[in-house]
Formats: sequence, structure tokens, C-alpha cells
Amino acid sequence: MARLKIPRKVMNPPIVRGFKPYGKEQGADNFESITLNFEEYEALKLCDYDMYNHSQASAIMNVSRPTFTRIYASARIKISKAFVEGRQIEIEGGKVYFDSEWFRCSSCECNFNNPHMQEKVTSCPLCGSKEVSSYPSNNEETATEDTCYCPTCGFEKRHQHGNRCNKELCPTCNKPMKRRGRQ
Amino acid sequence: MKIAITSKGNTLESELDPRFGHCAFFTIYDKTSGGFEVIPNPYKGNEEQAGTQAVKFLKDRGVEKIVSGDFGLKVKPLLNSLLIQMIVIKKPNTTINQIIELINH
Ligand SMILES: [Zn+2]
Ligand SMILES: [Zn+2]
Ligand SMILES: [Zn+2]
Repeated sequence: MARLKIPRKVMNPPIVRGFKPYGKEQGADNFESITLNFEEYEALKLCDYDMYNHSQASAIMNVSRPTFTRIYASARIKISKAFVEGRQIEIEGGKVYFDSEWFRCSSCECNFNNPHMQEKVTSCPLCGSKEVSSYPSNNEETATEDTCYCPTCGFEKRHQHGNRCNKELCPTCNKPMKRRGRQ
Repeated sequence: MKIAITSKGNTLESELDPRFGHCAFFTIYDKTSGGFEVIPNPYKGNEEQAGTQAVKFLKDRGVEKIVSGDFGLKVKPLLNSLLIQMIVIKKPNTTINQIIELINH
């Protein structure tokens, strides 16, 4: 089973939270919405909007080619499903969005995050020291985050409160999902 | 620029309160003017939503950074989306005075 990846950097957060279909026939509105996670949004944007090829896009997202291909395929499957079935699309923050990068100042020993993700961190927001470094132990915190995964293909997503994960099918391979760390 | 510091008491000699949503007081320090105000945390006793209520409370007062000992799982994404910076101090017995001195370096 693939371990949780290191949280990735957000380049361009989506400008909307989702999309709604209109002009639906009666009785066709009992579908649940489809959640496009941030990685999927970004993969689609890099390939089909920014016109990067897969190897450039995987480098930008800092993931392997096969991982990128999987994320991209999952994005397209979800979007075509939403189109054909007239479902609403919600763009989820994904892990990256909820967990901004963290840093540590070795001078005053504080930890801090960087909410303005486009700006580079060069000094401590408290004492102004330049002795700051990214704080990788925060990844441990992320690893204990509540996630669900697909035991078949390794697809992972943030667990949604109140969701029965074992009733949910993996968006990539259609096999049942599981909640991490629970029976 | 306004910085909120979670405080155990209402003086500058008070210590940093390690809790965010359930801290006793918020010391709001204005770095530009050098002034500060201490406000009792209205959500201190709340069993639920104390953290998210406190975030809204501080946001309404123009706070851009928050210094505390810890931030909960519900609070972190909220602060991220509001672009409010979190600063975590784990060192025990840090006083509000010491933190303000660091800010004014
Ligand atoms: Zn520092
Ligand atoms: Zn799968
Ligand atoms: Zn789940």
C-alpha cells in the first residue's frame, strides 16, 4: 500500500468551489455531486488548459509519471461522469489546500505556516531571523489525517465526516474504498 | 498589522495560553502603533465550535497573525482559507512580554 505522499504545493488554487448543471429533466436531480480533488483539478489544468505534456506536468506537480497519469485519468473520468449524468462538481481542497507549508525558526524556536502560498518564506514572522527552514515533521501530522483509500489501486482522499467509506466506490477503479486506520 | 496572542491572564506578564479556542484571553497587539488590548475569550466555555468562533472573532478585529501553542484540525483549514498566519510556540512559560519583544526585534 502506498504511504501518504508529502503534501504538495498549491500553485493556483481554483477560483470557484464547483460547478452546477442546469436545465435538468425532472427526476434527474437525485444524484450526489462528484468531488474533484485539488490534485485532479491541477492535473487537468496543467494538461488541457496550460498545454503541458504529461512529463512536464508531472514534474511541475512533483509526482512520478505513473502517479500523474493516474490523477489525470481520474479527473477525466469524474468530469465525463458529471457531464453525462448531469451531476454537480465540487472542487475539494485536497490535502494540499488544507495543509499549507510549515516552517521552523531555529532562532526563537517557533513553528509557523505560510498562508500566502505564492510568496516565498525568507524570515521568521515573529523574530525576523533568517534562520528558517521548512518543517518536515509536519508530514507526520498530515499522515495521521483522516483519509480513505482504495486497497486495489491506492487512490487516496480526505475522509468526509459522516461518510460510509466502504459503501463508496473508488473513482479510479470502481472497487470499494476503505477508511485508513479503522477496521 | 495586528497579531493575536492567546494568553492565560490579562497582563503582559501573563503566560502564553497553549490552547487556541479555549484560551482565557486574547492579547491583540498592533505592531504598527505599538498599542495592545486584552479581550476575554467569549468562547472559552463553549463545548463545540470554540475554535471556529474565535477565528471569526479575531478576523473581525483585523488580526493577520495568531500566536498560540496549538491549533485544532478544524481551525487550521479555516485560518488557511482566511490567509491568517499561525505561529506555534511550544516552549513552556513563555510570557506575552517576551513574545512582543520578539515581534519588535
Ligand atoms: Zn523566530
Ligand atoms: Zn481504486
Ligand atoms: Zn472515508
